[in-house]
Amino acid sequence: MTYDDMLNIPPYSLSKADKDKLLAERLRELTLLHREKCPEYANILNCLGFEPDSIKKPADVPFLPVRMFKEMELRSVPKEEIVKTMTSSGTTGQAVSRIFLDRTTASNQQKTMVKIVSDFTGSSRMPMIIIDSPGVIKDRAMFSARGAGILGFSIFGAKKIYALDEDMKLDVDGLRNFTEQYSGQKILLFGFTFMIWQHFYKELLRLRDEGIIFDLSNGVLIHGGGWKKLVSEAVSHDEFHSRLKDVCGIQDIHDYYGMVEQTGCIYMECECGHLHASNFSDIIIRRAEDLSECGIGETGIIQVVSAIPESYPGHSLLTEDEGAILGEDDCPCGRKGRYFKINGRLKNAEIRGCSDTYAAKFQ
Amino acid sequence: MQLNFSELQYIVGSAETAAGMKELRPLHPFDDNVIGFLNDLSSLLRTNRSFPDVATFGFWCRKAALLQEKAKYDDISGCFGKGTVFHSTPSNVPVNFAFSFASGILAGNANIVRLPGKSFEQVDIICGAVKQLLSDKHKALVPYVCFVKYPTKKEITDAFSALCNVRVIWGGDATIAEIRKSPLPPRSNEITFADRHSAAVINADSYLAADNKDAIIQNFYNDTYYTDQNACTSPRIIFWLGKEKETAKEDFWRRVHAAVKEKYHLEPVQTVGKLQALCRVSAVKPMKLIRNDDMFVTRLNVEQLGSDLMDFKYNSGFFFEKDIDDLSEMLPVCGERCQTISYFGIEQDEFSRFLEGSAPHGIDRIVPIGKTMDFSLIWDGFDLIRQMSRRISII
Repeated sequence: MTYDDMLNIPPYSLSKADKDKLLAERLRELTLLHREKCPEYANILNCLGFEPDSIKKPADVPFLPVRMFKEMELRSVPKEEIVKTMTSSGTTGQAVSRIFLDRTTASNQQKTMVKIVSDFTGSSRMPMIIIDSPGVIKDRAMFSARGAGILGFSIFGAKKIYALDEDMKLDVDGLRNFTEQYSGQKILLFGFTFMIWQHFYKELLRLRDEGIIFDLSNGVLIHGGGWKKLVSEAVSHDEFHSRLKDVCGIQDIHDYYGMVEQTGCIYMECECGHLHASNFSDIIIRRAEDLSECGIGETGIIQVVSAIPESYPGHSLLTEDEGAILGEDDCPCGRKGRYFKINGRLKNAEIRGCSDTYAAKFQ
Repeated sequence: MQLNFSELQYIVGSAETAAGMKELRPLHPFDDNVIGFLNDLSSLLRTNRSFPDVATFGFWCRKAALLQEKAKYDDISGCFGKGTVFHSTPSNVPVNFAFSFASGILAGNANIVRLPGKSFEQVDIICGAVKQLLSDKHKALVPYVCFVKYPTKKEITDAFSALCNVRVIWGGDATIAEIRKSPLPPRSNEITFADRHSAAVINADSYLAADNKDAIIQNFYNDTYYTDQNACTSPRIIFWLGKEKETAKEDFWRRVHAAVKEKYHLEPVQTVGKLQALCRVSAVKPMKLIRNDDMFVTRLNVEQLGSDLMDFKYNSGFFFEKDIDDLSEMLPVCGERCQTISYFGIEQDEFSRFLEGSAPHGIDRIVPIGKTMDFSLIWDGFDLIRQMSRRISII
């Protein structure tokens, strides 16, 4: 089956047996492809004594630590075919990941993301409010996970505004004009969890005391980048939801988990508060002691597999995050596949990932 | 000069102690009072059952051992300590600061010792014992001792650097570079312990013949896992000599694994780190992972030794391994950065032949397995007593 064929299957429709079979086959092909095209990857497999033929299920695919992409350039296509290089966010001095995309991989990332997100927002494009500063994508040096996230989600926006200015101040007039112009329509809001709290929610709260109220009850908010900074402000998931609803009426709120190393395959939070793996990717939780697979409910290190990456050997990665599978094929929201929760970074790991870089500087 | 900072804690001594050091009378190396003090410290520490490293320090600084050392320094009995020594000690080895301090005071100096940033019970025990002795029997040495704790802060390092005659920096390289941003007075000198690596070599046949295998394993454990295999003395590569290499390795590592599994706690972040180290090195150098059931002991069989192999070293139980037929095959990893070779079942004259024949740029010490952490006053190639004292010539 080609990737285009996979795209034609509704993203949360496959139950375990079918998904495992489909994904294992694709991942085995990708393993073979990268072994052939990326000499460093081939060397690693050789060291591990790994035989791609032994892949029977997604969990059999060998995994690289995500940090590998910070330490070396790993490509499976000639330099000339690279159309885009994505970098992870990182504070000054920290190494950043470099992910090389060719036309096919870049295009599959986008198509996949459309399939996944449409399942939550509907397939038509919406007016979109980006809760960030336009500087994030103007400045090439900052074109990182934050910029990539914004650009990635921008394809769902018909008409777009940035809600924050270069100084991360809320553009009150711009926001008012926009919401008035599109009142009654479904509006997509997108941003990073901590920025939404710090620069959007807190500002709306202040404005409400001045009698300025925004009604976003028609909105759907998608946010990502991690909870680390909010946890330290003692803001829970539920409180985030209730306070946002309270201040602007928004109720349709979805967190997502994703990383620049596997762009496209994001894990969206459903109406039940669970993060979901789609047909295109999966989550495997591993025990630190022996890297064996954890059972349902057991906390361990998160491995992610994605059917997309053809231009770099990033189809199976061990993250530096910790989490647990909550269940498979039986989420009350009706979506098939694994659903899970993220506990955060492994203790002591280098802080990376979307908005936490900013959060670290913000104090 | 300012010696009080909000982030600076004096654990032993005070800002006044540090300020007074300049005017203090330097001592001769191996001063009797100093030996008496260290011997009393030894009595308090060498019976410690909970921490073998504390006991080891205690054993090292007993009077009999120090007098033996003193005998080797006959020629410098007329020397004086240079004045004040500022020690910046490593954060990953708990008792190292105590050895550094003892060397400084034995050489005849007043000492400002920056303690490890991480908290260790061993540090508290040793500091407690030092305090106890200074408050009682050894009040005369109070002006010579300051133990401090502070987060990396240039202003504070500036202040201590400005008043010292010798600065001792336990690395690695990044720490040395960082501390060197703080200028030293023009006549002061510096002793730096940079990033090093170490190796072990085992004769397979001798190992198989040994009847104290568990003790050998315990010694190896102390050399490696006890400090997360992160000390400069911890072997990162194991060489095997002899005939029955495979049998010996199988037995050795099975026992190591059992000991590690029983005693060592492996954090998830260490597992990820080891996997990362494995991928990083194997991406560019041919080697084979030795299959294992878990992540406690990671062994990589190296196909070809290169001088840059040790740039890929890692910790937490991450071992390169190589079969050899002659010690001279170790040469590629015995460059300038190589510090300690620990061994089992190899005769001294084999090493002598190797050193004569290969003349490696590195290797400062060759010690039995289990002795890698044993401190000596000649460390990392530096004669600490001579470097921290001065000779006055009268003609």
